[in-house]
Amino acid sequence: MTQQLVMYEEELQQINSICEILHRDSNAKAVLVIDKNGQPIAQAGDTQQLDVTSLSSLTAGNVAATGGIAQLLAEREFAGQFHEGEKTNIHIKIVGERVILVVLFDERSSQGLVRLRVKKAATELTSVLEMMIKKSASGSGQPSVFSEITDDDIDNLFND
Amino acid sequence: MSFINYSSREINCKIVYYGPGLCGKTTNLQYIYNKTNPEAKGKMISLATETERTLFFDFLPLSLGEIRGFKTRFHLYTVPGQVFYDASRKLILKGVDGVVYVGDSQMERMEANIESLDNLRQNLQEQGYDLDKLPYVVQYNKRDLPNAIQMSELEEALNPTKVPSFEAVAPKGIGVFDTLKAVAKLVLTELRKGG
Repeated sequence: MTQQLVMYEEELQQINSICEILHRDSNAKAVLVIDKNGQPIAQAGDTQQLDVTSLSSLTAGNVAATGGIAQLLAEREFAGQFHEGEKTNIHIKIVGERVILVVLFDERSSQGLVRLRVKKAATELTSVLEMMIKKSASGSGQPSVFSEITDDDIDNLFND
Repeated sequence: MSFINYSSREINCKIVYYGPGLCGKTTNLQYIYNKTNPEAKGKMISLATETERTLFFDFLPLSLGEIRGFKTRFHLYTVPGQVFYDASRKLILKGVDGVVYVGDSQMERMEANIESLDNLRQNLQEQGYDLDKLPYVVQYNKRDLPNAIQMSELEEALNPTKVPSFEAVAPKGIGVFDTLKAVAKLVLTELRKGG
């Protein structure tokens, strides 16, 4: 069972900045960072036209299924995936065993360039993730607002 | 595991609907989807076979409103109920925050109900979870069918730990939102405990 992930402003800014640099340097259409459980974390590029929530859930499902196949073959994981479309290609990479980096690109870029840039971004992302996990574990980020939630707060959500 | 984003002030939680094949897990999600305001829901995704049996999962993102300035987002998933999709069911349980077990009230499905419940407990254990410690509710679906068995019998067989349980007729929506609200409340209560 993995530990709960808590995202604070500082780390999100760093992840956003990694996404933006990757988007620019790889000539990609869009870059997404997704939690392995399917929650979208960060994005850069042309994401207005994308259904990021659905894309995140399906990508996580895809990665989970591929991970299941890896286990059956006694592999630890298949860290990368590539899907080639007529217009859009997708490069998927698992980073730090915890998040998924997704790059959508078209003919303005190439698989080689994307792979190269993803490698660098993945290293940076790993160190941010390690910091996040440490912070979450020690609870040193900031006091949890959730300890103050009352029964009324929860009930009020359902008063429709 | 819930994902708390202090930066965008969002709490994201994952709820999984579990149960034997054809018990009505997808129907629960479809009813919720049809009755929810467009601004509170995302697209419902069903990865199903040509005969509309769930192949991998159904997925429905829902926003329930704000708590203390945090948007609460629930991602509802169903598992494929058919026995041979066990590998897929295990994957979907990863990162779960709350479980709804949907039982089929029909007499002839009791064996399938019990098998699915055992399978739920076993698959959770493999992922390091304990069903007795997770936010968990039970729904008895298909209460309108003539061959539905007594509630007391269902409770005894399928709810030995006496978690909150609900009678339902999912296509008509009876019990559907009650079930969802109950599990969502338990998940948020768990968050408060720092779970």
